[in-house]
Amino acid sequence: MDETTIRAAVFAALRSIAPEVSPDQIPDDKPFRDEVDLDSMDFLNFLIRLHEKLGVNVPEADYAKLVTLNDLVSYLRARLASR
Amino acid sequence: MIEFKLPSLGAEMDEAKLIEWKVRPGDTVKKGDIVAVVDTSKSAIDVEIWEEGTIHELVLAPGETVPVGTVIATLLEPGETAEHATEEARRNAARAKALAGPTPTGSTAPSTPPQPVAAAAGHVRVSPAARRRAQELGIDGTAITGTGPQGSVVLEDVERVAAMQAQPKDRATEMRRTIAAAMARSKREIPHYYLATAIPLGAASRWLAARNEGRLVTERVLMAVLLLKAVALALRKHPDLNGFYRDGAFQRASGIHPGVAISIRQGGLIAPAIHDADRKTLDELMRQLTDLVARARAFSLRSSEIAGPTITVTNLGDQGVELVQGVIYPPQVALVGFGKVSERPWVQGGQLTVSPVVTASLAADHRVTDGHRGALFLDEMAGLLQEPDRL
Repeated sequence: MDETTIRAAVFAALRSIAPEVSPDQIPDDKPFRDEVDLDSMDFLNFLIRLHEKLGVNVPEADYAKLVTLNDLVSYLRARLASR
Repeated sequence: MIEFKLPSLGAEMDEAKLIEWKVRPGDTVKKGDIVAVVDTSKSAIDVEIWEEGTIHELVLAPGETVPVGTVIATLLEPGETAEHATEEARRNAARAKALAGPTPTGSTAPSTPPQPVAAAAGHVRVSPAARRRAQELGIDGTAITGTGPQGSVVLEDVERVAAMQAQPKDRATEMRRTIAAAMARSKREIPHYYLATAIPLGAASRWLAARNEGRLVTERVLMAVLLLKAVALALRKHPDLNGFYRDGAFQRASGIHPGVAISIRQGGLIAPAIHDADRKTLDELMRQLTDLVARARAFSLRSSEIAGPTITVTNLGDQGVELVQGVIYPPQVALVGFGKVSERPWVQGGQLTVSPVVTASLAADHRVTDGHRGALFLDEMAGLLQEPDRL
């Protein structure tokens, strides 16, 4: 899966949790949980949406790797490539 | 014949507008069925019925606004005939008319009896701030039911009436007004005391991580759910923190139904109840909490969730605060707050270690409990969280 498709899936998942946010306004290289007010329930629901869209299940041990949008997209790409 | 009245929708929510009926005359209903959808300043609410029978007459029409307690429908009891119900209704109406005496306007609209006000007729006391605000808003201050000293009308009463009368420009404004009225009343009436304790969560964190490791995202449980369960179980031993203070007396609630504070995106707060939280498994609580958050944010809750909470739990850990010193939501008598779970230096068995720790706080009504009781409750909760497999 290419980066554009992954990015689109991430944006769609974010919009379903935080409808007031325009994901293309979020800086790619800043911690995205600062930009979008997401509590732990929101974050979990976000991961559930990603799982629905991309089939990737993110274990708790990997949460710390997902700081910026760039981190998230690289992580998902790697997981999808290794399937 | 059963008269179905608009149920209580929580403190500071006195009336609601009917959006639609979910039943028609002739439908049978059982306990817990949703019969109508009403709109309040905080949410659209699915109104549940707690009687069994057959719908006879829908008294209220969509679009109409009535106070809590108004008869909005009538039902036939199982086995009753329609003729019998109509006859009973006629007798009730005649009796009500006889008691009320001649009505100048001839109006027969259903309404709740006027609230008793201590002030003598024709001499309603209105506070200066309330009078100014009422003038600004073009409201007759003397016509409002007062909740201040000796039944006087105070600023919050004017604000409340203004909120009810206003065309809801947007739900956020209305919600903010409702919250303001409730919080002002709380601080005016409830003598709060505050306690806090630091609870180590090493055992709970490890247990939870191990439990979540093998599971899909959809089956994970959050730490907030363990905290909620600990509160619910601790309340079994300390029932004087779980109930309502009304008319000068405290009444213990028969069940433990914590209201979970949920923030609405872009402003606003609502704390709907999870019923019998002490009797539910962690997985059940997680599922219910997830569903409740989604529906609260979509402004679609049930009447029993809005009116039912026996205590409130608020978790602000994700926002980074260390300690919450909350405001009790009347007529409840306590509020439990949790801050952020963070790694801290912790002394155990004389040794310095690092442990995840959360600061839990209790705000409680000093008319009902003393610090000693509150302290025992927090201690009980702390103890429960050291044995997560028993939650």
